[in-house]
Amino acid sequence: MSATTTPARRASPGDYLPPVVGIGSLVVFFLLVELLIQLGAVNRFIVPPPSEVLGSFGRVIVEEDILQRFLLTLTECLTAGVMLTVFGVSGGVLMHRFKLLQQACETWVAAMASAPIVLMYPLFLVIFGRNAWTIIMMGFVAALPPVILKTIEGIAGTRKVLVNVGRSFNLTPTQQFWKILFPAALPTIFVGVRLGLIFALINIVGVEFLINFGGLGQLINELAERYDLAGTYAAICFVILVSILFFMVLEKAERWLRPVD
Amino acid sequence: MAETGRLTRTPVAAPLVSPVTLLRIAIILALLAAWEFLAHSGWLYRDVVPSLMSIGHALAELLMSADYYFHLSVTAAEIGMALSIGGALGLTVGILLGANRFLSKAFESYLYYLGPTPKIIFFPIMIMWFGVGPESKIALGTLSCFFPVALNVAAGMRQIDKVLIRVGESFRANSWQMVVKIYLPAMRHPIINGIRLGLGVALIGTLLAETKLSNKGIGFLIIQAYSIFDMPRMYAMLIVLFVLAIGANALVGRFGGLHDIKRL
Repeated sequence: MSATTTPARRASPGDYLPPVVGIGSLVVFFLLVELLIQLGAVNRFIVPPPSEVLGSFGRVIVEEDILQRFLLTLTECLTAGVMLTVFGVSGGVLMHRFKLLQQACETWVAAMASAPIVLMYPLFLVIFGRNAWTIIMMGFVAALPPVILKTIEGIAGTRKVLVNVGRSFNLTPTQQFWKILFPAALPTIFVGVRLGLIFALINIVGVEFLINFGGLGQLINELAERYDLAGTYAAICFVILVSILFFMVLEKAERWLRPVD
Repeated sequence: MAETGRLTRTPVAAPLVSPVTLLRIAIILALLAAWEFLAHSGWLYRDVVPSLMSIGHALAELLMSADYYFHLSVTAAEIGMALSIGGALGLTVGILLGANRFLSKAFESYLYYLGPTPKIIFFPIMIMWFGVGPESKIALGTLSCFFPVALNVAAGMRQIDKVLIRVGESFRANSWQMVVKIYLPAMRHPIINGIRLGLGVALIGTLLAETKLSNKGIGFLIIQAYSIFDMPRMYAMLIVLFVLAIGANALVGRFGGLHDIKRL
């Protein structure tokens, strides 16, 4: 705490050293790979030179409709996210409200969280057909358990003092829920929604790749099938960068929502 | 919070069947009835929701075929290899990052952000590097399970009680002894949790890779059942797979828990 209250702590050069070393070793690694490929020690038809991958970024972005693909994947992800929030949070609230239901089902939900739900994608393919709904539903179902579990955790973890304040104001159960329990649980619920969205993104891109349909996942599959090696590597890097950006935005949003402890 | 809940234990004689069990049975029965109704209603395409009888039949057939156990053993071996390679790598990297603040500051954020990215998209690269056989599936499983193990171990390492480390130092333990006698026993919890998470993602990675391109393993059987539209068989396989996956997960968790109780 004291470190943050002293206003003018000048950043020492030592603070910059670790990130510089981190980035530096990445650059050195890529230079080394480039060198090994140019020397012929690594087969360039298995690992394309990093310079070629870098060069094909522009080509992949321009020629492959990457913006449209990105928007499609994002829309799928956000649709799954809205469904996750609505069904996951209300499921969690319902289970907290009816204790018997919680006792009966919470272990099941936890077990589902550890089950490889995404393996059901052929089943979803049969039920929904080969379209965006298969992908959205897969993301939704695979990411539902953490949202439910975190909602229950958030509501159950409301501080006793707050609950007592509500009681002393003689709040009805509905008021108690909307004025006390729900606002208190909101930060934890958002952790659940964030986890859910991450799971949804992973599964959505994965299923796009596997069923060769839709946005960014399909792009990788297509380029790989064309044996456009540099393009495949570039597309993979692009998807990784997009997902990292997605996590960062979610993290920022969560920090913004979380009140100062 | 959890403690207050534990205190309120009423010493009333338990009824023959607790209400929770009754509710569970009721939910299961209701789901099965709804399923059977849907199967016979004709609202969905035929066989999308096959009757329980045909799923049961397929399940029995599946469990009795020797062929299935061959594919199961292939997948199990792949996952086992992936977990041991990825786990060992993750453990080493995690200990290095956890023990050294500089390395952690330089590299851990990369692992943190790469961890939750979709790994299956690396499969085309894995095929080029390791071929279309089981090796590429093992590689994908390894890649998947490396991150949760490394991150959990690194975090666990930083949470070790400083007193324990000082005890080791005052006994003049060398680095190897510190790892084996102090670090590893002190962070068995995060390690087991990391392995549990790693097992989950290794399983998903390996099986998804099998559904994409392979000629043996459970993933291959599932996608084969899909392509010949043998739905009861697919349901049967998914049921067995889920039971095995949830069971393995619980086993790893239980193993960690039991270990703990013995030590206490």
